[in-house]
Amino acid sequence: MLEIKNLHARIGEKEILRGVNLTVPDGEIHAIMGPNGAGKSTLSYVLSGRDGYEVTEGEVIYNGQNILDLPPEDRAAAGIFLAFQYPVELPGVGNANFLRTALNAVRRKRGQEELDAVAFLKLARAAVKSLHMKEDFLKRNVNVGFSGGEKKRNEMLQMALLKPGLAILDETDSGLDIDALKIVAEGVNALRAPDFSALVITHYQRLLDHIVPDVVHVLAAGRIVRSGPKELALELEARGYAGLEAA
Amino acid sequence: MTALPTKKLEAWRYTDLRPLSGISFVAPPVGAAPALPDLGLPRLVFLNGVFNAALSSPFAFARGFAPVAEDSALPLAQINAEQAHDGATLHVPAGVDAGTVLLISHATGDVPFAFHLRHRITLGEGARLTVLEIAKGEGIYWHNPVTDITLAANAALTHIRVQEESRAAYSLATIRASVAASASYEHFTATIGGQLSRTEIHAALTGPGALAHLNAAQLLNGTQHGDFTTVVAHKAPGCASRQTVKSVLADTARGVFQGRIEVARGAQQTDGFQLSQALLLSPGAEMDTKPELEIFADDVKCSHGATVGALDEEQLFYLRSRGIPEAQARAMLIRAFLEAALEPVTQKEARTLLEAAINNWWVQP
Ligand SMILES: Nc1ncnc2c1ncn2[C@@H]1O[C@H](COP(=O)(O)OP(=O)(O)OP(=O)(O)O)[C@@H](O)[C@H]1O
Ligand SMILES: [Mg+2]
Repeated sequence: MLEIKNLHARIGEKEILRGVNLTVPDGEIHAIMGPNGAGKSTLSYVLSGRDGYEVTEGEVIYNGQNILDLPPEDRAAAGIFLAFQYPVELPGVGNANFLRTALNAVRRKRGQEELDAVAFLKLARAAVKSLHMKEDFLKRNVNVGFSGGEKKRNEMLQMALLKPGLAILDETDSGLDIDALKIVAEGVNALRAPDFSALVITHYQRLLDHIVPDVVHVLAAGRIVRSGPKELALELEARGYAGLEAA
Repeated sequence: MTALPTKKLEAWRYTDLRPLSGISFVAPPVGAAPALPDLGLPRLVFLNGVFNAALSSPFAFARGFAPVAEDSALPLAQINAEQAHDGATLHVPAGVDAGTVLLISHATGDVPFAFHLRHRITLGEGARLTVLEIAKGEGIYWHNPVTDITLAANAALTHIRVQEESRAAYSLATIRASVAASASYEHFTATIGGQLSRTEIHAALTGPGALAHLNAAQLLNGTQHGDFTTVVAHKAPGCASRQTVKSVLADTARGVFQGRIEVARGAQQTDGFQLSQALLLSPGAEMDTKPELEIFADDVKCSHGATVGALDEEQLFYLRSRGIPEAQARAMLIRAFLEAALEPVTQKEARTLLEAAINNWWVQP
């Protein structure tokens, strides 16, 4: 379970998160929508432990543990996974090597046995196939020269291998064609389990047709200003965010 | 002895040999036999500058040392000629693929000593050879090797050097290569050891279609100073030269790359490319890059670029967010940064050796 309590965070002098309260029980998928610049990506970075954000108030409890003091790698081992809005290119780092290093680092910390090259490749190839990616993706440098949609799929590949307990998808749907959208949704739905939860950040109702959320939240100006059932997304799609920020 | 070059010489602007001139180097003591890697390759081993037959293994293309006469404008080569009494002489006849040979220099001694190896590598027409050079040692010494390389038409030499000298050593290597038509000289130096070190390469492309790759990776920390200086002379049309130099500098280490490309009149369709990239891991580290183009032909494609930067925080976070611990993430990014310079190193044993040397570097204090 993820519990975000009165979270305030700033970048330099600028306060971006201004008292976020949000609870995602195990087994649930919550969507976060909200205008550009509201702080959605900031929230996802603060949850995953990126440097440069100062938390001035509040706490984040994941599975009973306050995670704000943990370095990003420990949060990953604890099960938190962020699918980046803008996945990062790593020239000179082969995708297979990257994936295997990450997987083994996480497995080591979780007390599981590391995978040798053969076992890993078997696993990775299966995941690549289920995401309908070309196999040469494993041989290429991480995200280098990938199309926008291919980068997003590569995020999903990482998620499939790392098997997180909490997945944060930051606009994973933007830049995806209709078929890719379904594939990504399948990937997330395949992880659905009593001990899996997800925060799905999106601007479009269409993703939520495929990944049906239990709750939809609206984040505006650094706060959750409204929460409701999945129909809220339809309402937002029709009316926009006007009037919500003051709520 | 010929005087050491001083900073007054343009070619020595960034590398100061004064610390060296303050030390009185003696003749090398008898070298102790080190533990040598067994790569299953023929090898020529030099201990404190002297060929050691017992530690070496037969290589059909090696000959005995013969003294040289030299009248050079390069002070270090001149000093070498005055002092040299040993070195490898490799000759591969036309059309022969001689495989790979290891050239090992190992130095140890209690008092500062100097040695001046003189290597010669000659490849006949269409001949091929890979030379894998390893230099190691302990204590204070000055290693001043000169390597003269002559490649006949269509010959191909791959020359990989792993400089892991003593951290207190002075290592000043001069390499001169003459590359005939359609011949290729592929060079890679890893500069890891040495308190003060320099690799100076002069490559002359003398026939049409000749090629020279002069790459380097400098991994320096503490107060180390490493210098990679190259002069490529395009003397014939249609030749190509490439230099990719990657420097990773920590603490107050200093890296230097001086790259000069000379294109003679008539050397049309010259293709010259030069890239120097430095990764500064601490605020006290410094990189000096000096590209020089001297072009006397008009149909020429020459480019050079230089960048200096720190590790990318966003890349680092990306790796860490996937569970990779910070130190390992840094090592991965540094290794990735070096990748392009390692291109000439395709030979399996050389790769293995180099990867081990790079890996070893992270764990150094
Ligand atoms: N490094 C930074 N320095 C200064 N301001 C920043 C920085 N990063 C983000 N911001 C600001 O913080 C605010 C929230 O940005 P954030 O990226 O979290 O928005 P978002 O809700 O994800 O928007 P979008 O829907 O466009 O992705 C914006 O006003 C943005 O300009
Ligand atoms: Mg965003």
